[in-house]
Amino acid sequence: MVFFKIVLLLLLIVCAVSAAFSKRLLASVIIFMAYSLIMSITWILLEAPDLAITEAAVGAGVSGILFLMTLKKIKRTGNEEKEEKDENR
Amino acid sequence: MRIVDRIRRWLSESPDLLEDAGGIGETRDLPREVMRREQHEADRFLSEGAKSFDRKKFRTVYGILAAASAAILIGVLLTAVAALPRYGVENERMDEVADYYIDHALEDTGAVNIVSGMILDYRAFDTLGESFVLFTALNCVLILLRRDEPGEEGEDDYYDLTHDNILRKAGLVMVPSVILFGFYVMLNGHLSPGGGFSGGAVVGAGLILTAAAFGNAVSARIVTEKTFRILSGTALGFYCLAKSYSFYTGANGIESVVPLGTPGSIFSAGLILPLDIAVGIVVSLTMYGIYRMFRKGSLT
Repeated sequence: MVFFKIVLLLLLIVCAVSAAFSKRLLASVIIFMAYSLIMSITWILLEAPDLAITEAAVGAGVSGILFLMTLKKIKRTGNEEKEEKDENR
Repeated sequence: MRIVDRIRRWLSESPDLLEDAGGIGETRDLPREVMRREQHEADRFLSEGAKSFDRKKFRTVYGILAAASAAILIGVLLTAVAALPRYGVENERMDEVADYYIDHALEDTGAVNIVSGMILDYRAFDTLGESFVLFTALNCVLILLRRDEPGEEGEDDYYDLTHDNILRKAGLVMVPSVILFGFYVMLNGHLSPGGGFSGGAVVGAGLILTAAAFGNAVSARIVTEKTFRILSGTALGFYCLAKSYSFYTGANGIESVVPLGTPGSIFSAGLILPLDIAVGIVVSLTMYGIYRMFRKGSLT
């Protein structure tokens, strides 16, 4: 169990850092949703199941969807270089 | 020494060169030549500033400052964590309130789930504030994203996922269970982990999934703008009526007229169950409403 917890915490750090440093915004959003899922498992291990439910619904679900919709709106989901070329044209 | 120069100008009350540059300042009635000269001067001032702005130097300084402030913040937080009592160890000074809740929550509030008893009875006033924060957030989104022109309404094909077979089939299985689970969490807030906020978030996610998988026609049958207004208004108003006496009693509770009932049965814990439902309605409608505003620019 301790090993599992350590793996989860390491994954949390990896997700947090890579969400911040990822070049593509779409990848950042998906990593952020994965971060929320790992966080919700961590909440269960910390014996806070109500927080786990909220984190899974809000963090991994709703806020991820809102981020994705915003990315769609500003047209940043696909290939960045191609879109920039399109914008410059 | 430009800053010194600017301060001297300011002290001698000469007009600020940048005042009109962005078109923010008042328009003054001046002869055209004077205005043109001032404009020219302001332009030169701005472009000189842009020229002397050293991007490389700025990057270096910015990087150093960012790293330093991050390091300081990490240091402060780590020191604070080190000063905390060890995880799970009794600490008399800090556990006073927690101990009171653990010992008295069941008889005071009648809720088996002490967390629910705390947030909807002892600290119900905080939760009222939180509901209003959510409602205000929805209103801000409404102000920013609402489309008023009648011709502009209608969804983008860009987002249309209703022809996506995987999403539809998954939605058929997921939507009922997600919404049912949300209502379960909401209605059992005083008995098991969860409560209004968690349940409302799950129901809201289920509504969003409905709208995404089955399209506007289906979701508009469930939530229309009218039900939206009536439900969220009633829920917030009920919550206000039930708990805003905290204003006058100085956040002290008063004797409730609603009987506490037997702890553990579904109709127990006094006002907690109705308050849970109210919070759940507000939260779920807010989540769904924000999604609709982002997607379509109107609430339904």
